[in-house]
Amino acid sequence: MTEFFQMGGYAMYVWPAYAITAAALIITVISPLRRRLRMLRELSAIAAQRDIHRSE
Amino acid sequence: MSNNSANWLTRFHRLGSPPSFYHLAGALLPWVALLCIGLFAAGLYGGLVLAPADYQQGESYRIIYIHVPSAWMSMFVYAVMAASSAISLIWRMKLAEAVARASAPVGATYTFLALVTGSLWGKPMWGTWWVWDARLTSELVLLFLYLGYMALVAAIDDRRTASRAGAVLALVGVVNLPIIHFSVEWWNTLHQGPTLTKFDQPSIALNMLIPLLLMAGAFKFHYLYALLARVRIEILDSERRTAWVNALVSQRPS
Repeated sequence: MTEFFQMGGYAMYVWPAYAITAAALIITVISPLRRRLRMLRELSAIAAQRDIHRSE
Repeated sequence: MSNNSANWLTRFHRLGSPPSFYHLAGALLPWVALLCIGLFAAGLYGGLVLAPADYQQGESYRIIYIHVPSAWMSMFVYAVMAASSAISLIWRMKLAEAVARASAPVGATYTFLALVTGSLWGKPMWGTWWVWDARLTSELVLLFLYLGYMALVAAIDDRRTASRAGAVLALVGVVNLPIIHFSVEWWNTLHQGPTLTKFDQPSIALNMLIPLLLMAGAFKFHYLYALLARVRIEILDSERRTAWVNALVSQRPS
């Protein structure tokens, strides 16, 4: 197992490469999900505001 | 028969309409995620555990399983961006504009990863993090093209004008793609030649090749996921004053 993590002495190159890739790929798919929720909240707030105006 | 094909055409046409695409993409996303995770699991296990060490590069070559898919995707996404830019310029199709805009940050990420993982592979193999040779420099230019596209689109307030200006930039930048691809053949370089496109005699063993193809598939589905998720936001944003978006947001309990 330790042999696996040592990567034949190249651990300091192989693992950072994989870590940076994992982080970047995860951020790329998480950020649009969060942005969409934020946008839906914002749009429904605008819609609610307009409905109040209409009922007045 | 003709009635049937007309039906099919209408259905296809409707698919390109923003509300249908929004809902279709939403339904597809979980399946795309599942496929992507499965391919990553299989590819990582095959590449990091099952595949043998390289006889010249030892274990360091394992960076190939993220470096090569990132580099392929950096070019593939640019090709998608340029093609949808062309479609948006010719037919003024809103969905094509959304695809181009949604692709840019994802493509920029792959390009960044290709450069960083390449650097981390280059240090132990070539003894340097970076050289100004044709392959590396043209890939860096690709990153600047993506960033330039994003900056240009963000700088123009009117949505459609921004998309059109971006589309022209994206199309001009296409000339860089063949330069990247053939750079290792046209110029002397430290970068090794193509591994897979020499179909007559692929220079890679099967137990190394299969994980690489699995990882390439995983990256494709990762792009598909990121693209669909981003296109949905682009659609919501550009259609925010329409009846269907209003109906969608008023259904939500807030």
